[in-house]
Formats: sequence, C-alpha cells, structure tokens
Amino acid sequence: MTDWKDEVEEIVFEGKIAVPYTWTVGSTLSKWYGELRDNAKIWGNRCPSCAKVFVPPKIKCNDCYKDLNDWVMLPGTGTVETYTVVHYEEPKLHPRKAPFVYGVIKMDGADTGMVHLIDEVEPEKVKVGMRVEAVLAEEREGNIMDIKYFRPIA
Amino acid sequence: MGNRVGVIGVGQTHHASRRLDASGVELIAEAVTRALDDAELTIDQIDAVVIGNMDHFENINYVDMWATDGLGSFMKPVFKVTTGGTTGTTVGMCGYYHAASGLFDVVLAVGWEKNSESDTQAAIATCANPVLERDPFAGAIGPLATEYSMYMKAYGATEEDAALVAVRDRNNALNNPYAHNRMECTVEDVMNSPMLSYPIKFLDMCPRSDGACAVILASEEKAKRLCPRPAWIHASVVRHDYTHFGDLEWQWMPTLERGSAVAYKIAGITDPLKQFDVAELYLPASTTGVKWMDSLWFCDKGGAPELIRKNTFGMDGVLPINPSGGVISTNPIGATALIRIGEAAWQIMGKAGDRQVPDVNKALVTGFGGCSWSDIMILGADLP
Amino acid sequence: MERVAVIGVGQTRYEQGKRETFPELVFEVATKALEDAGIDITRIDNIVSVSSDFWDGRTISSMAIQDAAGAYGKDITTVEGDGTFGVLYGMMRILSGSFGVTLVVSHHKGTESSMNGITNTSFDPLVERKLGLDAVSSAALQARRYMSKYGVLEEQFALVPVKNHGNAKRNPLAMLPMDITVEDVMNSPVLATPLKKLDCSPVTDGACALVLAADREAKKLTTPAKRVWLKGVGHCTDAYRLGDRDLADTRALKKAANKAYEMAGVGPADIDLAEVYDAFSYMELMWLEGLGFCDDGMAAGDMERGLFDFDGKMPVNASGGRLSANPVQVAGLASVAECVLQLRGEAGDRQVEGAGTALAHGINGMCGQSHCVWVLGK
Repeated sequence: MTDWKDEVEEIVFEGKIAVPYTWTVGSTLSKWYGELRDNAKIWGNRCPSCAKVFVPPKIKCNDCYKDLNDWVMLPGTGTVETYTVVHYEEPKLHPRKAPFVYGVIKMDGADTGMVHLIDEVEPEKVKVGMRVEAVLAEEREGNIMDIKYFRPIA
Repeated sequence: MGNRVGVIGVGQTHHASRRLDASGVELIAEAVTRALDDAELTIDQIDAVVIGNMDHFENINYVDMWATDGLGSFMKPVFKVTTGGTTGTTVGMCGYYHAASGLFDVVLAVGWEKNSESDTQAAIATCANPVLERDPFAGAIGPLATEYSMYMKAYGATEEDAALVAVRDRNNALNNPYAHNRMECTVEDVMNSPMLSYPIKFLDMCPRSDGACAVILASEEKAKRLCPRPAWIHASVVRHDYTHFGDLEWQWMPTLERGSAVAYKIAGITDPLKQFDVAELYLPASTTGVKWMDSLWFCDKGGAPELIRKNTFGMDGVLPINPSGGVISTNPIGATALIRIGEAAWQIMGKAGDRQVPDVNKALVTGFGGCSWSDIMILGADLP
Repeated sequence: MERVAVIGVGQTRYEQGKRETFPELVFEVATKALEDAGIDITRIDNIVSVSSDFWDGRTISSMAIQDAAGAYGKDITTVEGDGTFGVLYGMMRILSGSFGVTLVVSHHKGTESSMNGITNTSFDPLVERKLGLDAVSSAALQARRYMSKYGVLEEQFALVPVKNHGNAKRNPLAMLPMDITVEDVMNSPVLATPLKKLDCSPVTDGACALVLAADREAKKLTTPAKRVWLKGVGHCTDAYRLGDRDLADTRALKKAANKAYEMAGVGPADIDLAEVYDAFSYMELMWLEGLGFCDDGMAAGDMERGLFDFDGKMPVNASGGRLSANPVQVAGLASVAECVLQLRGEAGDRQVEGAGTALAHGINGMCGQSHCVWVLGK
C-alpha cells in the first residue's frame, strides 16, 4: 500500500531567511560599555541589600531583586576559575581560529566571574588559579570585545 | 478537582515603538516590579514563574534562562511557553494552571517582546510551511485582509465599519498611559491612510511595539488573603484550527466561535452582550473588530456592522470593548494577549484609572494568533 | 491531590538524517502512544507540544505539527524547553480539573540544524554571544571546574560513555550502541579540553509522545499493568551568566530533586533506576550528586565501583542515555518514557529486574542551568 514511498525521489529544500537584529543594550549595559569604550575602565555594580558586586553589571540583584544603582570601579584583574582550550572550528561563531582559550575569570573586587578569552600564554600553560588582567582593544566600539582578552599578570 | 485562581496583581511597561532605554531584561524587570508593587508582594512570595515571547523577534534561545535577573527567578521553578500571537494568553493560562493544579500558590506570568529588534514580517514568515505556503502567503496582514474582503462581500460590511472600530480603539487609548499609540483619530483619518493590503489601511492595523506585561495569579486561599478584590478566572479555553492557511474557513472564525461557546457554557454566560461588562479583545486589525463580533455570539452572522454603527461597543455603549485601546494601539506581541488579561483584571479590581468602566463584574478576554487560533478567558469579581 | 498516570508511550527510533518531516514524526509517535494506551485521538482533551522555534527554524513551532498531533478543534499549548517540563505542564493541566487526558508530544531534527549555532543563541547577545560560546565550549568550562573542585579525572568521566554506549546495545531505539573502552574515549578527538568527542552526545533526530491521564480517567481507560504514576516532581533554575555561579555547584538540581522526593514520599535510596540527562560524560557524575545518589565530588568513585552499571545497585541510563541519542527537547520526554517502560516490565533486554520506583531527569539551558526531576512509581 505504501510501496510508492520507496520509489519516490526525495527532494530537499534549503531555506535561508534573513532576519537582521538590532538589540537594545539598555541603560545598565550601555553605561558599562560606554565606560569601557570611552574611559578604558571596567565597572561593576553593587546590591544595596546584600553588598554583592556584579560584573558584567546587572539590572537587579539575583538574590534580593533590588535595583542596582551603586557603581564600583574594578581593577580589571582576576583569577582563572576555569578554562578550556577550544580545538574545533566554528568560523561563523568563534572570534579566532582554534586552538584558543576561553576562561571564567573571577574578578577582583566582584563576587562574580566574567567569561572571556585568555591569551598571551600558550594554551597548555593556562592553569586554574592563574592571575590575569584584562587587556583592552586599541579601538573600542562599546561591546564585550572591547576587552581583547585576559593575559597572565607578569 | 483543582483550585480556583484569581489575578491579584498586574504590571505593564510604557509600551513604545522602540524602548531605547531598556534591554529586554530591563523591560521584563520593569513589568515585574510594577506587578509586585500592584499586588504589594515581594519577589520571595512568588512560588513559580512562567514566561513567553516569540523567539524569532529577538533571536534569544531559552529566554526563560536568559531573563533570570529580570524575572527574579533565581532558584525558583521556571519554564517557557510560546504560541505566536496567542503567547500572552498562553502565558496567562499557564500561570492559571500552575495555581489551579495545587502545586504552586503564587505564580508570576510574564509576556514580553522587543519588536524593534527585528523585521516583524520576516520573522513571522517562518511560521508558514516552507515547502507549501511560505513564499506566496506568509505574514499577518494578507490573511486578515482576505477574510474581511469575504465578509464585506457576503454581508455588506464596509471599510467605514472597520474605520469606526479603529476610531474607537485609538481614541480609547488616550485614557491609557501605558498604550503605545495614543492619538485622536477620525473615520476620515483612517480612510485616508495608506492602503496596506486591501481593504486594510495603515490606521486599521496594529503597530509593533516594545513592551512587557506581568500578571500575578494566586490560588484561592492565598488570593483571598493577599488581595481585597481578585479577578477570578471563570473559564480558560483554547481552540486551534488546521496548520495550512489553505485549509481554513474564511467566512467565519471557527476557533473563536467554538471556543467562546465552550467558555460561555463553563462560565454560565447565555447572553454575552448583556452579561459581560467589559471586553478586552485581541483585535489585530479594525476589520476583525467587525467580523469577529459574530463569532463571539454578540449577533447573528452578518449582524456586526449594525452593532458597530450603533456604537454598541463604545465606552458608553452596551458592552465597552478595549477601553485600553486594544491591540491596534499597543502590540508587543509576546505580551499583547497577556495585556488583555491584565487590563480586564484591572477593570474588575477597579484599578483601570481613566479607562475604568463602572461596576465591572464580568470581563471577556480573547487572544488570537498562529493560524487563526483563538484563546478565550472569562474573569469575574465573584468566585466561579 | 489526585494522581496522574502515564498510560501510553510512543517513540521513534533515534537516528541521524531522518527523512520524515516534523509532522510525520509527531504523527508516528502520537499514533503509537494512543495505540499503547488503547484509546483514540477523541479521548485526548488537550495537547502539550514540546518544541523549539530555534531547532525547527520556524516560529510558532507547534503550528507545524498541530494537525499531526490531533489538535484541530482542541486545546493545545507549547512548552519550549526540555520534555520533562512538558510532562509537568501536562500534569498541571490535569490536576487543575480542566482536563482528563493529555497528550504530550515532542519532536526534534538535529541534523536539519546547526547545534553550535543554535546553542550559541542561548548566550546573551549583549554580553557573551559575541565570544562565540556554545553548548560544547561552555560544558568544557563546567567540566574543568568540576575537576578542579573535586579532583575528578578525565579517565573517570570516560567511564560514563563506556557504560552508556554499552547499555545502548540493549536498546533497539538508541542511535549509538558501541563497545568502547576508557582508552577509546581518551583517544577520541579533543573538542574543547577536557571534553573529547566521545564525552559529548551526538546530534540526533527523533520524537516521543506520552499519554497522561487523571486517576479518574486512567481507571476507565487502562489496566493497572499499563499505568505508571507520576509521583513526584520538582523544577528549579540557577543563575544565568556562567560567571554568576560556581559551575560545579548543583544547588538548583538539589532543590528540584528534594521537591520531587518529598512529593513522592521517597528518598534517593528508594530509587531502583534513573534516566539522567548526560548531555556530556561529566554531567552524569555531577547530576548523580545533585540528585542525592552520591555525596558531592564522590560520584566518580561510586561509578568506578560499578554502582550505576546495568547490573549494579542502581542502574543509571540503562537506555544508553543522551550520550547514545540526544534529541534535545525530546530527550527528557524519552527519559520519562524509558522509566515508564521499565516500571511496566516492558523494557525488553534492558529491563532492570524488580523496578518499582524510577527517576527521570531533564535539563534546560546551558551547563544545566535549570533542572526538572520526576519520580515515577508503579
């Protein structure tokens, strides 16, 4: 009864819909990126209730749900909490060719970590606990790549 | 059997064509904060959270995960529901089922959208079957224009009838500080506005907006304790149609007709025009504000134009529709249908400000979207 | 509280490159689940579709499959997330008293999409997305954090795929039954340290459907042999940004699990088998700790002792797990389905003898940000 299915030549359509996006950064992150771009400074914000400091800044404290209006300037240094050496290629996604290193860096002066690239060190030499500092891009546009990467503190 | 559930708080952002000052998470936080204030609750009193929007408008996967800071959902139960245009009512109903199930007492339901972040029609186009229908017929306006053309031909409805609906909703929005488009509008303005897709003209059609809405629902015991006048959920019904546009009925709106019949039965409504005190309906174009009145059993088939011409549904009419200004005035798609629930709830709670209809006891809410899908909810001041 | 039972199960074979369209997959499993429950579509009064706009490449994902799910003229809704959350919503709708019999159906075609591209969109476009993170690179960050916190070794992670691919040999539906060794895992190509190819779940196509029924309906519709009770459930979400949490801390899972155990009136020691979301090898170890089967950091040792082997004290992922087939949203639903089959005694060669209580677990978001835990019993 369904034998005809075995004879059918299977057709495949390829689709591509272009939906361009423009994301509104919003007040909090606009301030953060503005400071990064214009003043080469990394800031965090602090909860008035539990005193936790967040970087990247948040709009509300995770725990307390309070508005965060206290801004705290951070030194831009931190400790590698975890990292990975990426060996696969995803040219459309990855900011550079493999192998390269992502890390979560626990930022000094803050209670959170930041995810970013780790460079100026051979991938095999990256260690949990390494002390690192943010290196900013020469030309900054107001996004996360204004931080070029983190490098070991000499 | 399950619990009875009431809406005990509502919050909305000030909707706009582009909220440059707020990211999606910030919009959500704004609505949630206002809902908590409205209900006089803190975030700790929320037992569960449900969120919805239409993914392709912002291109954020796992929005329920991403919105954590805005929702206050850290270490809470969360999940996401999404059903296109009906997302807002889907979210509201999901919140209702959370509380009605007995598993959660106080539930936060959030609908939001930042339509400014994408090309709305391109994003909607992906709903159509890529092999059969996407190229010829996708998008929202075409189907709506088609159905009203058929209604005009069958029953003598006119473009001016639709314009009266647009005038009503747009002028109502002047009383709603949250509405996106707030403009004085005459029939002539509508008739002279650019044609989009015959017979729908620019001022007949809804905008796309950035905005968020948060509704807090609670199970009976909690609702009674926390809120002086909850808006109780009397009925919640969803009806879907076929997947392909070509399979649908175009003369009438079967999902709305069948769904509302079921909802009315559940809520004991036998004469909707008389028994409802207010209606917040999902009318994406003014034409639907004519045609769909039949499907809501307000009149016989083809009887809508006469009701419209008599101002039956104006603020001073027998049954005010869309005191908020409706979808034509405000349309952040993931929130739009939830705003209908929120506005109807405020009407019952007596919190609708300048757009308050006096003595609201029963309210009708509808959601619309997808492929002619209809959601119907009935809210009441008394326990069901 | 009224009891809710699973009375019907339907699954496709899990494999890559399926030729069926989304609606064909959904129709296949919905039909199977209805047949298994011994009812027809008219007995279903509401439907929960667990589907994703992203993986489908179509907005309003349920629109594609609603006809196939029998949704014409019915009440249908869509949960976007793992199948375990869809089952929860299906159950809540029944408990509300509004419905009696829910069809929960999920579909996924990984081969028609780009896994890394799609998981990259889970990251905030305003912060982390530009970095190019995806499910694999973020999991790698979590895996190393787990290793450095507790001293767990890559060789210990490797025990999981060895066990699970081996288990898959007993499951005719699983995609990757394999005889492999720890050495095979260690020698497989490195993707992002410490994760190698065999540490990661595959791209998979498949669908699954369950029929849930209220006690009052289940009694009318089926025999006791076919009914498996949803005894307890809990779900909970951690913070969003990777840097906001200790990636090796399973606090959200613990909260969800405790809720499920409490509702079911049991503890971890009462569970006879578990289907846990092993999207990556190390995750099985972490989740076993979060579920209370091992103390924090101790799962590797218990795994080495064979506790979780198919013939061990508490078999974990007897189905082969996600490492053998990972149809993303469908996966959690499939885990619940597996537990149902086990508790009915219908699990064929992979039957765990004397199974009376089972646990199914699903995750949502990157690095297991959100968890849903089910306890099922006969």
